[in-house]
Amino acid sequence: MEKSPEELYSERTKRVEDAIQLKVPDRVPVLLHFAFFPASYAGITCAEAMYDYDKMRMAWVKTLTDFQPDMCENPFTMRLLGPVLEALDFKQLRWPGHGVGPMSTYQFVEGEYMKAEEYDAFLSDLSDYMVRTYWPRIFGALEPFKMLSPLHELISYYMGITNLAALDTPEVTSAFESLLKAAVEARRMLAGALAYAEEMKRLGFPSQFGALAQAPFDIIADFFRGTRGAMLDMYRNPDKLIEATEKMLPIMLHIGVSGAKRTGIPRVFIPLHKGDDSFMSPEQFKTFYWPGLRALMLGLIDEGLTPCPLFEGNYTSRLEIIADIPKGKACYAFESTDLFKAKEVLGDHVCIRGNVPLSLLCTRTPDEVKYYCKRLIDVVGRGGGYIMDAGAGIDDAKAENVHAMIDFTKEYGIYR
Amino acid sequence: MADDLVKALVDLEEKEVLRIVEQRLSAGENPLMILDESRYAMEIVGKRFEAGEYFIPELVYSGEILREITEMVKPRLTEAAQVKRLGKFVIGTVAGDIHDIGKNIVAFMLDVNGFEVYDLGIDVPAQKFVETIEETRAEIVGLSGFLTLAFDSMKETVGAITAAGLRDKVKIMIGGGQIDDEVRKYAGADAYRPDAMAAVSLAKEWVGGK
Repeated sequence: MEKSPEELYSERTKRVEDAIQLKVPDRVPVLLHFAFFPASYAGITCAEAMYDYDKMRMAWVKTLTDFQPDMCENPFTMRLLGPVLEALDFKQLRWPGHGVGPMSTYQFVEGEYMKAEEYDAFLSDLSDYMVRTYWPRIFGALEPFKMLSPLHELISYYMGITNLAALDTPEVTSAFESLLKAAVEARRMLAGALAYAEEMKRLGFPSQFGALAQAPFDIIADFFRGTRGAMLDMYRNPDKLIEATEKMLPIMLHIGVSGAKRTGIPRVFIPLHKGDDSFMSPEQFKTFYWPGLRALMLGLIDEGLTPCPLFEGNYTSRLEIIADIPKGKACYAFESTDLFKAKEVLGDHVCIRGNVPLSLLCTRTPDEVKYYCKRLIDVVGRGGGYIMDAGAGIDDAKAENVHAMIDFTKEYGIYR
Repeated sequence: MADDLVKALVDLEEKEVLRIVEQRLSAGENPLMILDESRYAMEIVGKRFEAGEYFIPELVYSGEILREITEMVKPRLTEAAQVKRLGKFVIGTVAGDIHDIGKNIVAFMLDVNGFEVYDLGIDVPAQKFVETIEETRAEIVGLSGFLTLAFDSMKETVGAITAAGLRDKVKIMIGGGQIDDEVRKYAGADAYRPDAMAAVSLAKEWVGGK
C-alpha cells in the first residue's frame, strides 16, 4: 500500500534525525543540495529560475518528485533573488542576465568591501557603519545613503532633527524608492517561500534546514574584508579581526535561532568557506576560525537546534579539532575531506554527510557513481550516523548519475 | 646584510623588511640587488608552502610585502630588471566562471618563480586562450575554474586549442575548486594540480624537459 504524504513526512524526518542522533535508521538517508540543477533538468534557464515564480516552482517540484530525496530545500530565498537584487542594484553577485550567461549559476564578486582602517567604525557602531558606508558599496541603489548624517545623532526634538534634511534630496529620495521596491519583492519572495514550504509538506518532503547562519570568520572574510583582506589582517590586524568575528557571533546566533523557531525546522545550515586545510594553518584555524564556529554551534545546540555545517574544501587535517562538539547534536557535511578518515575520527560522535565528487556526477557513468556510493555506505555508513550526499551543490550533474546515487542508496543502504 | 632582507621577508617581518629596504636604498645600493634577493626569498616562501609550514595567508602576505618593496624600489630603477625567464605561461579562469582567488595566487607564484605570466583574468573565452598562445608562443597553459560549469568550459578550451592546431605545442594544466583528475581526463588536459606550488613545480618540470 502506498504511504500517505504524512507518513512519508514523518518517516523521512525520523530517518534523518536518527542518523543525526547516531542511531541506526531504517536506511542511509540521501539528501542533496540541488543548487541550479532543477533549472536545466526541467528545461528552464537559470535566469528564469531567478525571476519567474511559476517556472521556478514547477522546475523544483518536478525535480523533487522525480528524484525523491529524503528532504527538500526551499529554493525561494536562495534562488529567486533576481527581482530584489535588481531593485537594489546589488554589486556582490553576478547573476544570469547580470554579468553571467543565462545558464550560469550566480557568482560572488570577491572584493574588499570594508577597508582595514574601517574596523573601528565597524566595531563601535555596526548599524551606522552598515547603513552609511557598507550598504552604499554593495547596493548601487543605496549609494546616496553615504550622504546621510550619523544615525545615532538623531536623539530627540532638537537633538539631530535637522540631520533629516539630508534625506530631502533627489538622490536619497530615489534610494528610498529603490528600497521600497526591494521591500515589495522581498515580501513576494517570502510569500513564495511559505507557499512552497506548505506544498512540500503536502507532498511529504520535510525541509532539510529551517535557517541559515555562517561562521563569524566567513562573514568577515566573504562580505566585508574579502579573502585577501582577512588573510592580511591575520598578520596586520589580528586583534581587530578577532573582535570583528566576536561581534558577528551573537548576530549569527540570532539569525539561526529566530529562523529555526519561525520555520519550526531545527536544522540550521552553516555553509563554511574559508577555514579549509589550504586557506589557513591549523594554528590560524584555532585562533581565528574555530572559536567563532564552535561558539555558534554550541549556542544553537543550547537552543535545542542542530547545527549542520557544510565543510567546503578539505578539512582532513583538522578533523581532531572539529571533533570537539557534543555527541549526536550536529551533522557535518563534507566536500573533499577524506570521509573514511572522518568516520574514524568523528564517527562515534557526529553524523557525517557527503561526499560524492561533483567531477564524478558531472563527467562519469551511473555504474561508477554506484561503485563510489557503495564504498561510502559500506565504510562510512556502518552502524548509522551517515547521510549520503554529493560533495557540494550539484549544479551541472548528469540526471542519470543523480538518479543512480539516490536509487542505489535506497536499495543498498538499507540497514538489516 | 643581504641575509637580513631574505630572512625578514621569509619570516614575514613586514616592518623589518621595509626598514631594511629603506636603509639600503638610502645607502645608494643597486635596487636590482634588492629585487633579486626578494625574489629569492619568495622562492623560499614557496618551499615552506610546499612543506606545509606556510599556507595561503602567508603567500598572500609575502606577496603584499613584495608589492611594497617593488613600489619603494621602482623610482630608483634606472635599468629594467633583466630577469631570466624559464618559460611563458598563459593563465585564466575559463569561460562562465569569475572566481580568481586561486588563479591569482598561482599566477603570482609562477611569476616570482621565474615564469613570464600572461594572466587573461576571469571568464576567458576559449578563443582568447588560443589567440594568446599564438601571439606569445607560450609553452604552458593553465586553466582555472571553481564551478561545475568550468568542466565543460575547460573541455571546450582544450578543444579550441586542438582545433587551432596548437595542442602539441602546449602543455595544459588545470586546477580549482571542484577540479580533480576526473575532470582532467574529461577536459583532455595534461595534468591537474591541487595548489600553487604544485603548479610551479610541474611547470618547471615541463620547461626543463624541453
